[in-house]
Amino acid sequence: MKYIDEYRNKDLILKLAGHIKKSALAGYTFMEVCGGHTNAIHRFGIPSLLPENIRLLSGPGCPVCVTGKDFIDKVVSCSGMENVIIATFGDLVRVPGSYSSLEKERASGSDIRIVLSALEALDIARKNPDKRIVFPAIGFETTAPGTAVTILNARKEGTDNFSVISSHKIMPPAMEAIIKDGTSIDGFICPGHVSVITGSHIYDFIAGKYNIACVIAGFEPVDLMQAVLMLVNQVNSRKPAVEIQYNRAVTHNGNDLAKEYMQSVFEPCDARWRGLGMIPGSGLRLRKEFGNFDAERILAPVSSLTDDDGQCICGDILRGIKTPADCPLFGTSCTPDNPEGACMVSGEGACNTWFKYKING
Amino acid sequence: MAEKITLGHGSGGRLMHTLVTDVFLKHFGTEGPLTDSAVRCQEGVIFATTTDSYVVDPLFFPGGNIGKLAVCGTVNDIAVSGAVPQFLSAAFIIEEGLPFEVLEAVAGTMAEEARLAGVKIIAGDTKVVEKGKCDKIFITTSGTGWLKPGLEYISTGEKIKPDDKIIINGAVGDHALAVLCARNNFSFKAPVISDCASLNHLIRKIISGGIIPKFMRDITRGGLAAVLNELAEMTGSSINIDEEHVPVNEPVRGMCELLGFDPLYLANEGKFIAVVDPSDVSKVMEIMRNDELGKQSAVIGEITSGNKNIVTLITPAGGRRIIHMPSGIQLPRIC
Repeated sequence: MKYIDEYRNKDLILKLAGHIKKSALAGYTFMEVCGGHTNAIHRFGIPSLLPENIRLLSGPGCPVCVTGKDFIDKVVSCSGMENVIIATFGDLVRVPGSYSSLEKERASGSDIRIVLSALEALDIARKNPDKRIVFPAIGFETTAPGTAVTILNARKEGTDNFSVISSHKIMPPAMEAIIKDGTSIDGFICPGHVSVITGSHIYDFIAGKYNIACVIAGFEPVDLMQAVLMLVNQVNSRKPAVEIQYNRAVTHNGNDLAKEYMQSVFEPCDARWRGLGMIPGSGLRLRKEFGNFDAERILAPVSSLTDDDGQCICGDILRGIKTPADCPLFGTSCTPDNPEGACMVSGEGACNTWFKYKING
Repeated sequence: MAEKITLGHGSGGRLMHTLVTDVFLKHFGTEGPLTDSAVRCQEGVIFATTTDSYVVDPLFFPGGNIGKLAVCGTVNDIAVSGAVPQFLSAAFIIEEGLPFEVLEAVAGTMAEEARLAGVKIIAGDTKVVEKGKCDKIFITTSGTGWLKPGLEYISTGEKIKPDDKIIINGAVGDHALAVLCARNNFSFKAPVISDCASLNHLIRKIISGGIIPKFMRDITRGGLAAVLNELAEMTGSSINIDEEHVPVNEPVRGMCELLGFDPLYLANEGKFIAVVDPSDVSKVMEIMRNDELGKQSAVIGEITSGNKNIVTLITPAGGRRIIHMPSGIQLPRIC
């Protein structure tokens, strides 16, 4: 398949592995921020191709994983209301809130439907004019423009029964929070799809202020191996910078139109991240003028304030302090069938990925 | 909240396994291993028997409909045990209001598929329920077939040993994605046709060719990943698969990349694996590739003497990873 097979070329991958092995003279800890990268790394068995002195940590870039229980509680609360249809990404259905999940609510009779995009949720709204449709909007700069366009479309055509409950987040403040938290990281494999929208410049402060190497990577094995090699070389040369490995998609400035849509509908707010707590300016909420589409305003759902995860260490895993193997629940009482924490639910979550792919995991 | 059945319990993965063990086996008990068909010997006659329900949504999809699935699925469950499928029964649960022409089309397809497979539908039952109490039509088929002595162990895989090769009869994932694309709410189309087919004639050719596979299993819900894990667990063996050798058609690959599916976990309705002795590989491959349903046959891996009960995979990148039993919700109502 064009644009895929070239980036899965085994000879090239093994050649890169050879270069990495030769260049990696010290110990290196790199964090792949994005859940899509975590998945690709393990799906292609990348760790088995890297020398032991290179350690890859999973970061806070899986949207489902960083979604707090309070948000799930709010969506669950909406789902129990009269005449409400929840139109959600499938990943969110099984994430446990503090007392229930959308999956359990669906089994009890709530109308919860799976969609692949916000636009599909809008279509459900058009077809069910006597129902209130709630789209739980999760994700980073990658998905927020899509939600924004959908809301703009809904306003333009007058589909007033469509609404959004926003848990959109932005990446840079979370990366800074992890650095400030003291996790020892030599370099970031920066998110690919987020960067397509934002451009590479959003990471400049990480290299400039914190002296940490940054490489924006694609999602194929050649991309990931090349990104690791670029990070090793940056660390060796002691000249941290923001480099773009994924240059077939990412530019310095990003997608101006997408950013414009996002900014016209959303404004920054403080947001709660699972494991990282409240991070100032890291969330996106609907601007006041879009209040008619804000399910939080319209339905006033209730949520618990508890963020008690019991023995689950998702929080520490998202901060790069621990790996799934450190968790007493991993693979025993917490499995993809019976997830205790969000990292085991999402296909991009570190625990789910380890469970699925990792040898001796 | 009292625990309730969720869609995950019907996905063919670990949850369903737990449901079967904790509820059904607790009450019904079991004798012998849990295989697709139960193989028993009674008064000198060895027979295989099986049953399966079909709830696919939508009823019609490129490459087949619920009726074709209901015949092929049960024929295949019998055939992979080494038996020759003979008789089927069919039970219909029909929703009030179903147009007669739909039932006609489904029954007509069933008759045609049964004729092609060489089986007879000899018993049946019909129930109609109020509108909204089932979705259009659900079908249950049961089947029986006879085994020649010496083939009894095929369904349990008890004779497999390290170095035996694993052969598949073609590309994986087509059925699941053909059904998915046919759903009304799915916003894009792809040229994918379900592989739904009766495998009994192909399997018969292998056995008539003088080869006794050490294990066979059709690959349905849960995909290749589920079948390989069941084999590893059932026989305490280890399996190594080379991902590059697993046939996947281009449209399926493309859709998997877009939607984040792994083709190894997708449902099929006309695929099976056979584990054969290394010395039989070339003959089996020749027989299979000369059959319409085996043109894309490939040797995808082997039984190894490594860690017990583990299925590992060499990725196209040259890395290694594990293939687990599918868990969580796969695509509901795919068959």
